[in-house]
Amino acid sequence: MKQLLSLGAAALLAIGAPCATYAGVPGDVQTQCGGCHTFNHDYASQPVTERMERKGPPLDYAGNKFQRTWLVAWLQNPVRIRPAGEFPPDHVKSGPDGKDVVDTSTLLKHPVLSAAQAGTTADYLMTLKPFDNLIKAETYQPGTISPRMGEMNFVKFRGCGACHEHAPGKGGLSGPELYTAWKRLQPAFIASYISNDVAWDPHTMMPKSDNSQRSVEKLANYLKVIGGK
Amino acid sequence: MKRLFLVVSLLAFGFIAQANAADPNAADPNPANHGDHGTVLYRIYCTQCHGVHGKGNGINAAQMSVQPHDHTDTKSMSTRTDAGLFKVVQQGGGSIDKSILMPVWGGNFTDADIHALVGHVRELCCKKK
Repeated sequence: MKQLLSLGAAALLAIGAPCATYAGVPGDVQTQCGGCHTFNHDYASQPVTERMERKGPPLDYAGNKFQRTWLVAWLQNPVRIRPAGEFPPDHVKSGPDGKDVVDTSTLLKHPVLSAAQAGTTADYLMTLKPFDNLIKAETYQPGTISPRMGEMNFVKFRGCGACHEHAPGKGGLSGPELYTAWKRLQPAFIASYISNDVAWDPHTMMPKSDNSQRSVEKLANYLKVIGGK
Repeated sequence: MKRLFLVVSLLAFGFIAQANAADPNAADPNPANHGDHGTVLYRIYCTQCHGVHGKGNGINAAQMSVQPHDHTDTKSMSTRTDAGLFKVVQQGGGSIDKSILMPVWGGNFTDADIHALVGHVRELCCKKK
């Protein structure tokens, strides 16, 4: 019986190891998260095939990208942002009518962190700011746009709705949902990424369009409008 | 003593298993292991809309007002020139009076990339095995 208890205790310790060691210091975060997320920009110099291997978004510029408040909350309740995962072609099956559908059974679940772990992890991630120059160069000032005009621009004129959901169930599935983007991302990052996504990630799956500053503002303002709902 | 050995072994096994789980797929930089360049680019950038088999029925298609082209449709694709395909990839659907839902990819791809993609589309449509 004692031996059985020892076995059980050992198994529990082994299973619980990631949480127990998730102290939030740089080494721990990189070790625990590095299987799915990259923490340096080396991927930018690798062949495009590296894009097929990603299991989660790069975190090397997390401090230029995320809102800390959102990060802390999300790490404790990690709901899916990308309906088809980080690399959608790996999560596709044939539907009943022969059309491609998302195979949710293959999607990875993000670990849940405690409040303390989420706080220290977010603190570390927010220090990762290699693209301060891109943020400083951004002149976007949040404004507004009518929901109707914003939607028309997003869906019909710019085609963003082909890949991104702008409301639950409305929009494509290959990109991250955007109705939560305003709470998740820094406004300057949103504008900079729309304007020059390749500068952030040369293997981004988002087309680099020649958006004017006004066009970038319209799209960013629409994300603000739908993000406030 | 045996019990201690058992506990230590189990702990070690647990850590090894987790180390492996943390790195499920190390990146393989060898393109040869991912098919030819056009095939790789098509899988990364095109299948979301055009489908993993190029039939125009990708996971985004259900929400699109204009359906993506079926690249396996030999008859339809035979009417397209290589130059026309190059242009629509580089400059988007609007450049040939088609839907703007076909994006402008000229900022993401080199000319060589686009030629490789056109080659892959030709494989899909017209060189079926």
